[in-house]
Amino acid sequence: MSDAMHPAIAGAQPSQRAEKNPDAPLFEGAYKERFDHILTRYPNKRAALLPVLHMAQEIRGWISPETMSRVAELLDLTPAYVRSVASFYTMFALRPVGKYLIQVCVGIGCDLCGAEGVAERFLELTKTRIGETSADGKYTVVEVECLGACAFPTVVQVNDKVYEGVKAEDVEALLKELD
Amino acid sequence: MAYPYEHPRESRMLSQYFGDQDAIGIDGWLERGGYKALDKALGMAQDDVIQVVKDSGLRGRGGAGFPAGLKWSFMPKDGVVPNYLACNADESEPGTFKDRELMRWTPHQVIEGIIICSYAIRARHAYIYIRGEFVDIVRVLNRAVVEAYERGYLGPSILGSGYELDLTVHTGAGAYIAGEETGLLNSLEGRRAEPRVKPPFPAQRGAFGMPTTVNNVETLASVPHIVLNGADWYRQWGTEKSPGTKLFSCCGHLQRPGNYEVALDFNLKDLVYDLCGGPPEGRELLGVIPGGSSVPILTVDELDCDVSYEGIEAAGSFQGSGGLIAMDDSTCMVRAVRRMVEFYAHESCGQCTPCREGTAWLAKILRRIERGEGREEDIPLLLDIGANMAGKTICPLSDSAAVPVVSSIQKFEYEYMAHIRDGSCTAKR
Repeated sequence: MSDAMHPAIAGAQPSQRAEKNPDAPLFEGAYKERFDHILTRYPNKRAALLPVLHMAQEIRGWISPETMSRVAELLDLTPAYVRSVASFYTMFALRPVGKYLIQVCVGIGCDLCGAEGVAERFLELTKTRIGETSADGKYTVVEVECLGACAFPTVVQVNDKVYEGVKAEDVEALLKELD
Repeated sequence: MAYPYEHPRESRMLSQYFGDQDAIGIDGWLERGGYKALDKALGMAQDDVIQVVKDSGLRGRGGAGFPAGLKWSFMPKDGVVPNYLACNADESEPGTFKDRELMRWTPHQVIEGIIICSYAIRARHAYIYIRGEFVDIVRVLNRAVVEAYERGYLGPSILGSGYELDLTVHTGAGAYIAGEETGLLNSLEGRRAEPRVKPPFPAQRGAFGMPTTVNNVETLASVPHIVLNGADWYRQWGTEKSPGTKLFSCCGHLQRPGNYEVALDFNLKDLVYDLCGGPPEGRELLGVIPGGSSVPILTVDELDCDVSYEGIEAAGSFQGSGGLIAMDDSTCMVRAVRRMVEFYAHESCGQCTPCREGTAWLAKILRRIERGEGREEDIPLLLDIGANMAGKTICPLSDSAAVPVVSSIQKFEYEYMAHIRDGSCTAKR
């Protein structure tokens, strides 16, 4: 049994991956099993909302209105309630994102040490603007704060991988490494 | 070995195994004396465990410094309704990254503290609310939780004691305010992480309406050491009011940024200039924020104090979360403050008007000053908005957002005036 199937951590898996399939069925097979495990860990269904949204994003890459309706149905909530919660949290993508979601930390620790230059370099090389997805669907660059590794500026997270100590001159090699 | 740097003047209790790959897994942790404190605790009466933590004087390491043992003693003992423990691993205060390293290098130290606390407060289910951004840390923590289940440190009848505990890892999804304890509880319940009005306090009505203790990762990680070695042993460090050791996350313009663990009577100036090596070559420090971006900035002349809660307070700031942010003379103070305020503006949950509106206005005014389009009356305007944001809201985010603005105007007004009067900046590039 893989760790992810353990009931204690079934709902705590990183939810951004390179493989994104917006049409994948929700919560079938192993995902159904994880869904059931998650429900056993809370005294009510509502509390499973964040872990279940994370899992939906892990499967489909983003949280579409259809996804929210389905999650609402499964947890006995209304779609409007699910939307109100999903839209509160920055990690839930309410629009499709590129294959690589590049999060550049611009928190005070990174900002003091040149994070702006790193973000600009990403935008320049991916030919995008903040929050937009590149024409080839590969990259979405967003500014976030704070990724919580302030001693290692600039911190960059690509999907579920964290890079520490990124300088503007490292960005080109980092992007090459992704492909 | 500390991480990423170590210094002989540290007092390493929590961080003793930072950087040691072999300490992460359960076998390595057991070889290093892991879970001995749990064994001891399970042989004690619950109230005796609470008493030793009370006697140790351990104070909450999340920022507020509330005595941990006292917090535990507020939990009902009658068992009429279930009690919960929520470990606050949301570490969202900008400049703070100590809990991350605790979980990354010594996840079992944290889990052992959680089990002991749960036992003492009579909880049968504990949650670790960890921020969703910590993807790599979540993996480490998850593995450790599974290991703890496999070895019988979690689950039914832990170590044959008859005490049963489940632990669930719950990931947040990107919300600073989920680090506030009642915001955390709402988030855990599948709601927007909007803070709740207190009272009732979490020990009365917390998670799912039940009595709940919310403790920071570092607080809980300190517990096994205290239970194993006693309150007097723990008090060998620090001051009467601030016993023990604490991790300081040091970032910004420093030669050796990183986590340093020092006794709580350690000198703040020594921490900055000796342990962290001071600013980079050829630079001078302008100011230091000692406890995360929510506490007042200190000038270099104000650093000669000890790092205890009361020491930093006497110097004019707060220990907060122990996230130390150093700014050298290349820093544009207006820009740095604008950056911090924009963060709060983005993270304001929007429940309270002074915060929702105030943070946005502060950011707007700071942006125009930074661009050289400020007016002299913007200074009193910023202070006025700041005064109207403090102490008027459900949670302290509003106060926090005003703090860098007010303290930087008090101490670095010339930077603002240079932008306003001359459209220039005093930062040395």
